[in-house]
Amino acid sequence: MNAPIKQHLIDPEICIRCNTCEETCPVDAITHDNNNYVVDVTKCNLCMDCIPPCPTGSIDNWRIVSKGYSLDDQFSWNELPAQQEIAPADGHEAIDADVQALIDSAHTGAGGKSVAPASALKPSVNLYNRGNAAIATVTGNYRLTHEESDVDVHHVILDFGELAFPVLEGQSIGIVPPGVDSDGQPHRVRLYSIASPRHGEKPNTNNLALTVKREPRGVCSNYVCDLKKGDKVEVTGPFGATFLMPNDPAANIVMICTGTGSAPFRAFTEWRRRSMPNATGRMLLFFGARRPQDLPYFGPLQKVPDSLLGKYFAYSRVPGEKKVYVQDLMRREEAMLSKLIGSPSTHVYVCGLKGMEQGVDSALDDICRSVELKWQELRDAMRAEGRYHVETY
Amino acid sequence: MSDTINVDYSTRIPNNVGLTEDRTVLRALEGWHPGYIDWWKDMGPEGFQEAMVYLRTAVSVDPKGWAKFDYVKMPEYRWGVLLAPKEEGRKVNFGKHKGEAAFQEVPGEYRAMLRRLIVIQGDTEPASVEQQRHLGATAPSLYDLRNLFQVNVEEGRHLWAMVYLLHKYFGRDGREEADELLRRRSGDQDSPRMLGAFNEKTPDWLSFFMFTFFTDRDGKMQLESLAQSGFDPLSRTCRFMLTEEAHHMFVGETGVGRTIQRTCEAMKKAGIEDPNDIAKVRALGVIDLPTIQKKLNLHYSLTLDLFGAEISTNSANFYNAGLKGRYQETKIDDDHQLTNATYPVLKLVDGKITKVDEPALTALNMRLRDDYSEDCARGVERWNKIIEKEGVKFRLELPHVAFNRKIGEFRNIEVNPKGIILSDADWAKVRDQYLPSASDGEFLNSLMKPAHGVGEYASWIAAPKVGIDNKPGDFEYVRIAA
Repeated sequence: MNAPIKQHLIDPEICIRCNTCEETCPVDAITHDNNNYVVDVTKCNLCMDCIPPCPTGSIDNWRIVSKGYSLDDQFSWNELPAQQEIAPADGHEAIDADVQALIDSAHTGAGGKSVAPASALKPSVNLYNRGNAAIATVTGNYRLTHEESDVDVHHVILDFGELAFPVLEGQSIGIVPPGVDSDGQPHRVRLYSIASPRHGEKPNTNNLALTVKREPRGVCSNYVCDLKKGDKVEVTGPFGATFLMPNDPAANIVMICTGTGSAPFRAFTEWRRRSMPNATGRMLLFFGARRPQDLPYFGPLQKVPDSLLGKYFAYSRVPGEKKVYVQDLMRREEAMLSKLIGSPSTHVYVCGLKGMEQGVDSALDDICRSVELKWQELRDAMRAEGRYHVETY
Repeated sequence: MSDTINVDYSTRIPNNVGLTEDRTVLRALEGWHPGYIDWWKDMGPEGFQEAMVYLRTAVSVDPKGWAKFDYVKMPEYRWGVLLAPKEEGRKVNFGKHKGEAAFQEVPGEYRAMLRRLIVIQGDTEPASVEQQRHLGATAPSLYDLRNLFQVNVEEGRHLWAMVYLLHKYFGRDGREEADELLRRRSGDQDSPRMLGAFNEKTPDWLSFFMFTFFTDRDGKMQLESLAQSGFDPLSRTCRFMLTEEAHHMFVGETGVGRTIQRTCEAMKKAGIEDPNDIAKVRALGVIDLPTIQKKLNLHYSLTLDLFGAEISTNSANFYNAGLKGRYQETKIDDDHQLTNATYPVLKLVDGKITKVDEPALTALNMRLRDDYSEDCARGVERWNKIIEKEGVKFRLELPHVAFNRKIGEFRNIEVNPKGIILSDADWAKVRDQYLPSASDGEFLNSLMKPAHGVGEYASWIAAPKVGIDNKPGDFEYVRIAA
């Protein structure tokens, strides 16, 4: 049997045949007949150029297949075939199409196809899905933000007991809140980044931690933030195969985040502290919040020594003070960052709210210009080498 | 040198045409801008100017940059001038200048012709915003409200695109024409919009969906043939507009599709087998399929009139001059000059609808209209698939091209949707079976109640399968100001 591949498909029930994708595709992989628009699996290079211009969302469909659907198969469809049971191949973030879509969307800010760092360990992906979820038990749920803060962020610990649920730092898990929505449909899956290192909150425990912010009307975030010790939770995943740590003590890791985007970086930092205490690579954290009170892990972070982690906090809403964003701090640290960014050992990770990558992008652009580097080119090269990662929601 | 991919936000008018270096045009556009904003506030969406709307804005014309989503107040939307990147060495691809380098400036001999083409296209853009301005009050969901506003701001941007061409290439008369575009008003007695269908009312949301499906599809066909133009700035402008126009097609096709879906689901649930049992179906708070067919008949036939007379020397002249091509001209395998070619045209000969071969050059409107009808038919088939899937026995069909026409060969006759000619007396008897009647209108109006809650949908329409920008069903697409 051939190794499974990820095939790009167009949903014929949603597509309106506007021809935009065919017009956009740089390798002419998209064609049509009187019935359907289809993607030639032998030509498509997964460059994603066709994704944003599609007005319908029909373009954003993927199946993991051991043998690609032919053009004739696709021409004949009235609807997309279901995902067949199949193991994911190397490099795939997920098999579940809805999860894959969430991850693809979170990674778009990287400006192209995401690639795992060359030295990263191979992750396990999609061991559990909705039909076959892992049951975890809540063993802790703590509020992380200051009691005065109106931002309610929780640190939730899930224990898997005897169940194998192997994860790597940077991966996510899926949670589907119980019950149905107003249309009687099951709720959609939500993804949460794992905030603990691969072998648990404490070494050799079979648990993991999440950093979850309560959203005013968020069905899942309220569900998770309200979990009590002993509650059982259905978990899918693990998901994600590119936003991973380099397994290399010489690697410099520059982490840029806002709010709960700090979750994977807590995992990164903890793993390096535990497994490579004498690492030569630098770890830097640029962390933005409205106020110190709103910053998750503010207290514990103060105790992390600078030798392990260089910390830069940006606050945008401290009364009487100038608004500072992560990109402002990055510009301030231009001298150091410009040196790091040119190094082939440097990995950059951006995680947080959608849109933050634009400010970060432009700061990196300025920083690069100061040493006569071209950020766009460098970024594309770094991304292709698995050294530039964006995960924004 | 100006950057032709990234949009220049340093001036008031986002653009990728190097406006900063083109002070004359920049000043002219900046002069036009306040009038445009006044027009938008007067004639744009009524009652939602302060709402935060989750809109797509182009920040560059390459695939990665042209769909950035964020909340914005509509009057603060960054309308701009965006052209598809220039293709080096592009040629005129049809007509008597075929093979010559594409025109980068307006050829003197074609100045008036070209200006007219641009003004006609430009006039339709603000017109549809005016036609749709009252719809917000009855939106069946925040999702639909957002889609309406996206269509509106993009029509606004398309007006900008045409106005740029007028200012840049047509001097004083261009500026005057640009001002006129803001002065005419849809449906106005004294200064109406230029084309008939753009003076009709859009009284309800089904009309809006039908309009975006049928009439914006005419826009797509016209833009596609202008994108073939030998006048390169027009071609580049229209190519980028087409990408946006696709969203309008989407709103129409899925809007009608979701309406049908909801009707069929409700019928099945209530155990109604006969789709023609209108009273029973309407009692469910959904729109019966025969009424949807009537709306389809109306909007299709109104839109066919937009293609003009079947036989037209104007369109032959536009083609010969290399200004407006055929739909997907470069994909057609012929001489692209049409010197001896003929094209079959339906005409009224001795009181009968008859196919007659006409010189292909003068039959270009007809050809574009045929391409259009084919495109419409494929969309209608999609709707039929929804009905079929739900197990309801009903088929929607496009009416005959001679049905309900006010322009062209068939303007003086009445035919039924199958194309059978009827006497005026017979037509009067059956008219309400084929076109929306006053009571149909009243029924539709009775359904037009706003559903402005997050994740809420009106009784007569299904939720979409996929959210905009992949957002979940409970996403607040419009934050209506308190």
